[in-house]
Amino acid sequence: MKEFDVIVVGGGHAGIEAAIAAAKMGCSVGLFTTDKNAMGRLSCNPCIGGSAKGHLVHEIDALGGAMGLIADKTGIQFRTLNKSKGPAVWAGRCQSDRKLYSQEASRVVQSTTNLEIVEDTVVEAIQENNEIAGIITGKGVEVKCKALVVCSGTFLNGLMHTGMTATKGGRYGEQPVVGLSASFEKMGFVSGRLKTGTPPRLDKNTIDFSVLEEQPGDDFPEPFSLRTPKELFPFLPQISCHITFTDKAVHNVLEKGFDNSPLFRGLIDGVGPRYCPSIEDKIVRFADKNQHQLFLEPEGLDDDLIYLNGFSTSLPEDIQNEAIKLVKGLENAVMVRPGYAVEYDYFPPYQVDLTLETKLISGLYFSGQINGTSGYEEAAGQGLVAGINAALKIQKRKEFTLTRGEAYIGVLIDDLVGKSTDEPYRMFTSRAEHRLVLRQDNADRRLMKYGYELGLIPKEMYDELKERETLISLSNKIVGEARLKPDAANRALEKNNSPKIEQSETINKLCKRPNVNLRDLLNQLDKSKYPLAEALLKDEKAMQQVEIEMKYEGYIKRQSDLIIKMEKLENVQIPLSFNYKDLNTISMEGREKLHRIKPRSIGQASRISGVSPSDISILLVYLKN
Amino acid sequence: MLINHEDIIAASATPQGVGALSIIRVSGKNCFDAVDKIFKGSQKLSSAKSHTIHYGKIYSHNGNVIDDVLASVFRSPNSYTGEDSVEISTHGSQLINQKILETLLKFDVRLAEPGEFTKRAFLNGKIDLAQAEAVVDVINSRTEASLKGARNQLDGLLSKKVNSLREELINSSSLIELELDFAEEDLEFINLDQIKLKIEKIITEIDKLLSTYSFGRVIREGVNVAIVGKPNVGKSSLLNYFLKESRAIVSEIPGTTRDIIREELSIDGILFRLFDTAGIRLTEDIIEKEGVLRSRQAVADADLVIFMNDFESGFAGEIFNELKSLSGTERIITIFNKVDLAKNADVQSDLNISALSGEGIEDLLKLLKEKAIGTETYSEQTAIISNARHYAALEKAKQNLLAGINSVEEGMSGEYISVDLRNAEQALGEIIGEVTTDDILNNIFENFCIGK
Repeated sequence: MKEFDVIVVGGGHAGIEAAIAAAKMGCSVGLFTTDKNAMGRLSCNPCIGGSAKGHLVHEIDALGGAMGLIADKTGIQFRTLNKSKGPAVWAGRCQSDRKLYSQEASRVVQSTTNLEIVEDTVVEAIQENNEIAGIITGKGVEVKCKALVVCSGTFLNGLMHTGMTATKGGRYGEQPVVGLSASFEKMGFVSGRLKTGTPPRLDKNTIDFSVLEEQPGDDFPEPFSLRTPKELFPFLPQISCHITFTDKAVHNVLEKGFDNSPLFRGLIDGVGPRYCPSIEDKIVRFADKNQHQLFLEPEGLDDDLIYLNGFSTSLPEDIQNEAIKLVKGLENAVMVRPGYAVEYDYFPPYQVDLTLETKLISGLYFSGQINGTSGYEEAAGQGLVAGINAALKIQKRKEFTLTRGEAYIGVLIDDLVGKSTDEPYRMFTSRAEHRLVLRQDNADRRLMKYGYELGLIPKEMYDELKERETLISLSNKIVGEARLKPDAANRALEKNNSPKIEQSETINKLCKRPNVNLRDLLNQLDKSKYPLAEALLKDEKAMQQVEIEMKYEGYIKRQSDLIIKMEKLENVQIPLSFNYKDLNTISMEGREKLHRIKPRSIGQASRISGVSPSDISILLVYLKN
Repeated sequence: MLINHEDIIAASATPQGVGALSIIRVSGKNCFDAVDKIFKGSQKLSSAKSHTIHYGKIYSHNGNVIDDVLASVFRSPNSYTGEDSVEISTHGSQLINQKILETLLKFDVRLAEPGEFTKRAFLNGKIDLAQAEAVVDVINSRTEASLKGARNQLDGLLSKKVNSLREELINSSSLIELELDFAEEDLEFINLDQIKLKIEKIITEIDKLLSTYSFGRVIREGVNVAIVGKPNVGKSSLLNYFLKESRAIVSEIPGTTRDIIREELSIDGILFRLFDTAGIRLTEDIIEKEGVLRSRQAVADADLVIFMNDFESGFAGEIFNELKSLSGTERIITIFNKVDLAKNADVQSDLNISALSGEGIEDLLKLLKEKAIGTETYSEQTAIISNARHYAALEKAKQNLLAGINSVEEGMSGEYISVDLRNAEQALGEIIGEVTTDDILNNIFENFCIGK
């Protein structure tokens, strides 16, 4: 019988990261997918990154994951969002060439040693004494494994809706996976139903772009990955998106279809995401808005499809068609494929631990949409953590988890495990209480150490980072000590329209002023006295770190005050064996949730919805005894 | 500090001293069985319904009757602590009280730790943190006004107010977050001037709460008033007049030394402690020196100073100068006694009185009250803070919000403003126990007296 150390179910964004990480860490890995050509397919919009999601991509990259590199190779438009705001919320976003993204993902997976792609559907998981033992495929083949990472996306009992027509499937033209959910339920897992949607695809050649607002990429695009050679980037020609709007007439047509809306008729049981409503939802919930913005996103360079972002719908096909023709620029548009909603099984994530191993079955890991998340980046981050932990467990090494203070990935998993979720979970920067320090620009400084220790980051790269760290810490000292005389300082200040000074001042103080940048100040410094300034001026990345930390020192400190308080609660451990059931002093709801989720610390307990502040006070008192 | 609800606690719930009645409270799972061992009535308490009163006798362990009592039965969760409880109402004698407790302690009942009843009530979710603190104030209140203040905190008025401020703050934060996370959406983002207005509004509300503190503190702790003046200007006469006229005088407590005499007086429910001081001018005389130092300390510690002169000897400028070095001028009330001897009004005088006839004394009382609590009036529906911990938390929230406004004015983007708003949310949360560490808890519970 065939056997792998790790079997990964699904070749989407979570599956890719899980499989590559485990293989790189020395495990034999079998990646099972129903369709070899669907590897890394962008099922929804052809875009990677965005607010908070860009942060996730940078973190995955710093840990040695694949997503950033693949996105850089196949991006056809790069933009940094929130550029007008502070560096903590700058977020990279790219439009990807859908076909090329999938091809590149495939290539990367195939070129990984220890990794075998098996084109077969996993329909059952086998356990022995609450330990994972293997799987059975649709072809009836049994394969053994020591760890199983399930990244099944929307395929578990997937059901697609367009109007009153429901088709079994996890994605357009693809069959659902039936049986696997039931085998988990048999093991004792609790399942739920979620919903997500996708908009219609249009034929590019039938759209009048001349009347639409153009949205080009940045003039100086930034790659996601530290490993992407800057001189070759961007790899592909860069193209624009376009913006248009719905209006009252469009809404009126759509409303005609409400009687046949599976959403409004109660045909869809799954809960959809509040932050990404369908167009019919928007019309109903924001009735006073006469127009909604739509983005026309090209699906690729050599692709005639346009993704109509903002028009996610499950209304009947003829209604979709009729409504689209009333949108400015789309009067003659041909709808190649209608939008649809898809419902799928998920397993509320209180059933997994921070390593993403299930609490019930040892060696079984869940990641991606099966845990209730939505989004490629959220899936990839989880896949990476699950794959790493599967390998670590087999190798009997210490588990790998990230804290909320270290990474968005830490926030993501802590939220999933601690709060569970009953709608598709998406990352936002506001979910991170450590937002000012969890930046894209310092993802390597936060996480590369772990990537290196796990064997996912090459030594040269890590050495380069360590060298930069030395430069940064020496520079931090110098900017606090080195003073500029008024004449020198004023040259830099004048350039930035900042008031002049009359007495010498430290670089640190001057740099805190708005609009004043470190480069201008360092340029005025006497290099013979401060040779380090020369080195710093040459290392753009190091200089950026010194500048950000200096400029926002006060805020970062204030934020850490809050964090320190939080961490105090984080450090109060709750034993797994803690018996909540007898604590009749805690509210019924709180007790039930605590019992189910079994938080590891008071901090985690305090974030569980339904657990009240007074429940937490009570727990604290009990734990003290 | 073991909390085991099988563990039955008991303590006297009424203050020590002689009264008509005295109450012993017993709480814990099945505490009825324990009380039944010493209580004999027509029915066993263990079979009695909740909220019923039973007449019976308490027997000591060697079979002697200690007292005739009434026992009230409260079954979990409908009791003060949320546990099974019995309240034994005995005749008001320290000895009886003591004996009953001693007997109870022989039957698996232990003496309650300070504040343990309230702590159990808190742990059982019967009251929130701010309410738990108010219990202490209710028990300790010495005047009617102070009782009212503590009551309204106990009723959750402060918690409600702070909660609503916190919600407003969370609303403002949400508006800021919206722009950061949904930059691409076609939304109308709030402009920062509006955010500033919203924050300012919250600060105004916090200021209102903060301003109740002096009132809250005064009704909770009372006001210390030092009376200073040359010998024979009528300080004793004034005190005597208060003693004689004011039926509201609480007690007469001999001073710690014969130099300072202390009286307690209630004006419209506010407790004033009057200190009659000896001289405050520094002297070389070793015997006098000790008394002078004590007087000076009393003046420095006083919330208000009545600086007494008379029309006979005129304004005591040299004492006034000393006073100013010990106390702020806004705290000094200058009065002139012996108004019957006045030839013309003295410009230095705030008020002229006659300690013999009582002329002007009403005005003096009014002035004292005004100086102590201001002219602001508070209804029973006003949330009032009287607790130093609450004051500090509100002050912190205010400072965070001011920093937030500063960030708005400096044109910082939302993620920075949000830092200060979140800190403010946290500070407000501390008042109602939103985020509480065991330090706060322990601190609160240690401030309780036994048997509450």
